[in-house]
Amino acid sequence: MKEKRLLLGDEAVALGALHAGLSGVYAYPGTPSTEITEFIQGNKLAQERGVHSRWCTNEKTAMEAALGMSYAGKRALVCMKHVGMNVCADAFVNSAITGVNGGLVVLAADDPSMHSSQNEQDSRFYAKFAMIPVLEPSSQQEAYDMMADAFRLSEELKTPVMMRIVTRLAHSRAAVEVGEAITATALPVVEDKSWVLLPAIARRQYQKLIDKQPMMEKAAEESHYNKMEHAAGSKLGVIACGIAYNYVMEAGAEGINVLKVSQYPLPEAQIEQLAAGSGAILVVEDGQPVVEQAVRALVGKDYKVMGRLTGDLPRTGELTPDNVAAALGKPTAPVFEASKIVAPRPPQLCPGCGHRDVYTALNKVAAEYPGARIFGDIGCYTLGALPPYQSIASCVDMGASITMAKGAADAGLFPAIAVIGDSTFTHSGMTGLLDAVNDQSNITVVISDNLTTAMTGGQDSAGTSKYEAICTGLGVEPEHVRVVVPLPKNMDEITRIIREEIEYRGVSVIIPRRECIQTLRRHKKQ
Amino acid sequence: MKKDIILCGVGGQGILSIATIIGEAATKAGIHLKQAEVHGMSQRGGDVQSNLRLSTEEIHSDLIALGSADLIISMEPMEALRYLPYLAENGTVVTSSQPFVNIPNYPDEAVVRAELEALPHVAMLPIEDLAKENNMPKSANVILLGMAARYLDILSADELRAAVARVFERKGEAVVSANMKAFELGLKG
Repeated sequence: MKEKRLLLGDEAVALGALHAGLSGVYAYPGTPSTEITEFIQGNKLAQERGVHSRWCTNEKTAMEAALGMSYAGKRALVCMKHVGMNVCADAFVNSAITGVNGGLVVLAADDPSMHSSQNEQDSRFYAKFAMIPVLEPSSQQEAYDMMADAFRLSEELKTPVMMRIVTRLAHSRAAVEVGEAITATALPVVEDKSWVLLPAIARRQYQKLIDKQPMMEKAAEESHYNKMEHAAGSKLGVIACGIAYNYVMEAGAEGINVLKVSQYPLPEAQIEQLAAGSGAILVVEDGQPVVEQAVRALVGKDYKVMGRLTGDLPRTGELTPDNVAAALGKPTAPVFEASKIVAPRPPQLCPGCGHRDVYTALNKVAAEYPGARIFGDIGCYTLGALPPYQSIASCVDMGASITMAKGAADAGLFPAIAVIGDSTFTHSGMTGLLDAVNDQSNITVVISDNLTTAMTGGQDSAGTSKYEAICTGLGVEPEHVRVVVPLPKNMDEITRIIREEIEYRGVSVIIPRRECIQTLRRHKKQ
Repeated sequence: MKKDIILCGVGGQGILSIATIIGEAATKAGIHLKQAEVHGMSQRGGDVQSNLRLSTEEIHSDLIALGSADLIISMEPMEALRYLPYLAENGTVVTSSQPFVNIPNYPDEAVVRAELEALPHVAMLPIEDLAKENNMPKSANVILLGMAARYLDILSADELRAAVARVFERKGEAVVSANMKAFELGLKG
């Protein structure tokens, strides 16, 4: 009998990949994808097999390393949250042009409703853009099962395959029936020059990718992950993508035709068949209306297609059993009235956290300069935007604090201050700092170093113990790289140093360094 | 038979441990289970919740629909009120009666209590005080689980006891016995 294990969606993905003969996982931590790599790091089989699982500096380095492993003939997995796709986009799109050798699966974890993100972009657009197949599991079991199919498909088609999940699958547990671990046969290393994307070669490779499209379409039409369930005499056809299928089944599929879609490119023949057998189509998909738009184009404007674009489902935010039931016209249960006294309880910086002392000091000094702006970045310290600190003026993407401060300083803003975490700095802040040094921009950069990637749960930070060397190496004057210990008792010293470095006309870096109190607690326990 | 449960509280109060114990008991009993958790930024001192669904039949959705939770199990009284629209008409609220005040605009505690007491089915205990008085300061969440055990139906008290023992086994005899005692304290009410 097969073993049953209670697994998070992320863990099911990880175990599925390991059992499919994975040789390496490459990733930068990002909610809701972090637990995939963590599971592999802690897994005994992965250790026995020597599966690579060390964190990467960012999603681009992860994607490229995975592509290198594929070139060498082995199976590789890249994991990231949706916005990580933006960071690795160059390598990702071109990996479809080089094609792959060993199976390459790109896992993108989307976050509709922005539980822990700054947008709800849909990674299926990226796969469409790169013209590669997508697998979108509807359950933890499918997430496990699909991984082996994803690697097989990748090696058959010689393209990367995307697996797209959403927060509610990534962070939900269910029992998964797991099989045996296989060993993947390593393929010979690439011999020809097809991976050298000079224009003449790239044109040939791009044509090859175009020529593979009918095979991808055929694979989707024949996939057992896509299935049609007809109801006799039904007027409504429903296309349910990924976990949307669960909400449709929860509401009850009596009297409707359901096409479950979990493999792309879209199975167009099945959609045409659904349209022919129904009077109208409702598209239920988590994220952006990717399928809805494609279906509209396919069936023509005289055919009624409903979904997020028509307001039958909300235009933004994740699907819920409630909004799907409403779109299907199903009755809902009576509800208790919401309490009027409940106050919001936003997340906050932990008591005793070093970032707190950094903001206390920055607020004190910034108050002395009427034009001061503090440009923020992505991490726990983004919470410095909320009361009681309300320190930061912006938070856009990884590394933007430094480059936005630079641009603002170029425009004459003074003082322009950037606050960035240690891990975010090595992820995407270093290149911006080099720009600032080369331009002699008048900015003050605060690298708030807590020796870890704290927000995602305390993963290793790529630059630990290297920050002073990185900054001076990039050309910041050594006397303007200042290290302080962010503690209330050092407040006078910290504020004095901030003042001095604001007054210095050029690039200065202040590194407040104290271990994250969450990881400190964990280290003390061990 | 099904039990849809909203587990809630403030980040760091230990709601995921309650979910782990119920999950362990359900898996052992061969009951279907889905449990959606909250990870990431919202854990830091903010409101947290987990949707835990148990059923003898296959479960589709990872999330619980409005008006259909059989139980709200809350480590904090105002947090229990936050999820009222999810409670079924005949559902039960099992909650700590002790506020966790880490926001400046926390409502009047007497009003919170009055709103909870006005519900048709509610069980409230000062679990933090009980845990301290009984020398088990870290087991307030297991006292709450004991309270909830009276309404869980789909799992027996014995199945839950065994799960408490298995989940804490790694931490040694003393931790297991403190948590067993905490469970009984809650069960007794």
